[in-house]
Amino acid sequence: MDILRFATAGSVDDGKSTLIGRLLYDSKAIFEDQLEAVERTSRDRGTEYTDLSLLTDGLRAEREQGITIDVAYRYFATPKRKFIIADTPGHIQYTRNMVTGASTADLAIVLIDARKGVLEQSRRHAFLTSLLRVPHLVLAVNKMDLVDYSQERFEEIREEFTAFAAKLNVTDLTFIPISALHGDNVVSRSENTPWYQGTSLLHHLENVHIASDRNLVDVRFPVQYVIRPHNATDPGLHDYRGYAGQVYGGVLKPGDEVLHLPSGLTSRISSIDTFDGPVTEAFPPMSVTIRLEDDIDISRGDMICRPNNKPQVAQEVEAMVCWMSEAAKLAPRTKLTIKHTTRTARALVRDLHYRLDVNTLHRDESASALSLNEIGRVSLRITQPMFVDDYARNRLTGGFILIDEATHSTVGAGMILESR
Amino acid sequence: MLQCDYTTSQLDVLEAEAIHIMREVAAEFERPVLLFSGGKDSIVMLRIAEKAFWPAPIPFPLMHVDTGHNFSEVIDYRDRRAAELGARLVVASVQDSIDAGRVVEETGRRASRNRLQTTTLLDAIEEHEFDAVFGGARRDEEKARAKERVFSFRDEFGQWDPKNQRPELWNLYNAKIRKGEHIRVFPLSNWTELDVWDYIRREGIEIPSIYYAHTRKVFERDGMLLADHPVTNRGDDEPVFETVVRYRTVGDISCTGAVQSAAATVEEIITEIAATRITERGATRADDRSSEAAMEDRKREGYF
Ligand SMILES: Nc1nc2c(ncn2[C@@H]2O[C@H](COP(=O)(O)OP(=O)(O)O)[C@@H](O)[C@H]2O)c(=O)[nH]1
Repeated sequence: MDILRFATAGSVDDGKSTLIGRLLYDSKAIFEDQLEAVERTSRDRGTEYTDLSLLTDGLRAEREQGITIDVAYRYFATPKRKFIIADTPGHIQYTRNMVTGASTADLAIVLIDARKGVLEQSRRHAFLTSLLRVPHLVLAVNKMDLVDYSQERFEEIREEFTAFAAKLNVTDLTFIPISALHGDNVVSRSENTPWYQGTSLLHHLENVHIASDRNLVDVRFPVQYVIRPHNATDPGLHDYRGYAGQVYGGVLKPGDEVLHLPSGLTSRISSIDTFDGPVTEAFPPMSVTIRLEDDIDISRGDMICRPNNKPQVAQEVEAMVCWMSEAAKLAPRTKLTIKHTTRTARALVRDLHYRLDVNTLHRDESASALSLNEIGRVSLRITQPMFVDDYARNRLTGGFILIDEATHSTVGAGMILESR
Repeated sequence: MLQCDYTTSQLDVLEAEAIHIMREVAAEFERPVLLFSGGKDSIVMLRIAEKAFWPAPIPFPLMHVDTGHNFSEVIDYRDRRAAELGARLVVASVQDSIDAGRVVEETGRRASRNRLQTTTLLDAIEEHEFDAVFGGARRDEEKARAKERVFSFRDEFGQWDPKNQRPELWNLYNAKIRKGEHIRVFPLSNWTELDVWDYIRREGIEIPSIYYAHTRKVFERDGMLLADHPVTNRGDDEPVFETVVRYRTVGDISCTGAVQSAAATVEEIITEIAATRITERGATRADDRSSEAAMEDRKREGYF
């Protein structure tokens, strides 16, 4: 059994909470006491039906205002897969939450109300999904019961959205007509849509192929921590020096020739260790400890890769940045802390090329700053070299966060476009 | 684990993620500590710590906030496990906080030291200048937890502000704090109760005996089975009876309920949990039943 992480997005009232509630309920991930609490609250509020959406409103402020504010993570499993849902609120002011949820997602479900069709917000959700390079996108056309399960309506929406998606980097796009309320095509295929040849949503989630979404080609092993037991009594451990980290790309094997950055020195992997014994291969997302044949001075923040396949060593990067601060703005000359892989440094915003309108994709080159939830293309100068790849090639070596030096808040998320 | 297409099983993915989180903390903080209660989640967390730094010892101490109302089986387990690993164990005692006048013991039949733990915990964090505190909480446990970050920032009063959380992207964690502030770190955020049990089975980890079915004198209060023990203040109107029970969570005796169960092995526990329709907190924690926002409120104050 493997794990699929997916994000859900939709405009308010498109039925996102109902859909999540149904997936959890039908997979028995909702417990009686949770359901009772929801039933009680529904009654207290005078709602006639059990409002499954209450399951997902976790914080008091959210319950009081009746809206979802923050990303919530939900869990369910079927015999085939374990699922982690990043439930992100749909409103425009929560772009930052959707970006957060999408950053780790293998798949995104964007909901559309069949009556309303493709809205500006649907476009925004799809755009963010593609910006964050979520490999699989599902457009769930919901409330099909309210349009008499009309094939014509479904096709209309499909065509309109397909035309728009052509402008984005969407590699795998699936359309599914559903009714979250009545369950059509959610868990099993519905008799109400005989014209629909595809699978149910859950079937799709269970079977979509994600293993090849990881980059298994470019070996990237950012050193996270150096393990030195300093054990004076055990001679076997006295000289032990292992480089601990998570594999961010490629497949590593003992005997492989590797290159260390920043030194540029090469060596061979003598062993790949884990608590459970040495392994013959390490690949994403394994956390392992690597030992090398030669003594090289290696510390946290360094990178182990292959001599003929290196990341860019860059102090100047071009990136799309989503700005997440309520208080501060991003503008040329802004200084920030940057955290990329296991390396932390300082960054200076050299230029803001344009601000992107997330609804129309229009580039505003006259923009002088980014404020909360805005996305733009920036050039950064970094105080020390970073070992980067294009985000499109590897999300883990292409993504970074920006931290405010005064408040220590995380104020930006960046995706590297190209580097020098 | 290895297949030709390099898929990774769910437990391996969760373990790799938790190890990554632990190493980040060890690398970025000066004085981390791991909260170890002898409960199943902290047992799993400790195993992950053992794996993350092997063959070196775990590079931080363990801490237990001891209410003085814990099951003796669990305390024995705690001490044994810490000794096995050669780990330093800090015990922060709620009784000491009471004696020092830092907190006042609740009175009445339902008196519990559960809430008092927050003060003891925060005092200990301050005294030892811990800057990162590992907790075993999972997001599937409770609604407020579902929204909490893996690196959860606490101000100098130890408070959690749910409206002012740091966005968390990819596997990048923001470890920046000022002196006096700290981060609560939850490496098991993405685990479910079933994952924890599956892992305990896979790893063959020993757990305290009270998790398994045993005969115990109990009585019923508020629909829960509480142990007949001086700290539960059983009244004359609460008849005691003997039955076969086990604990799904391990907490303070005064507010942790037992469930009727014959599950005597990890396999049987897993079968039972897979079929249960009540969350572990709903079934066995009086502390969470008091209101819908009970956990959120306690967390804001600095609770685990
Ligand atoms: N008829 C119909 N109503 C739906 C469907 N899905 C959701 N709804 C209703 O639409 C309203 C908004 O749904 P909700 O899940 O709260 O939307 P959210 O704001 O996207 O989370 C509720 O009254 C739901 O009962 C559907 O498939 N068909």
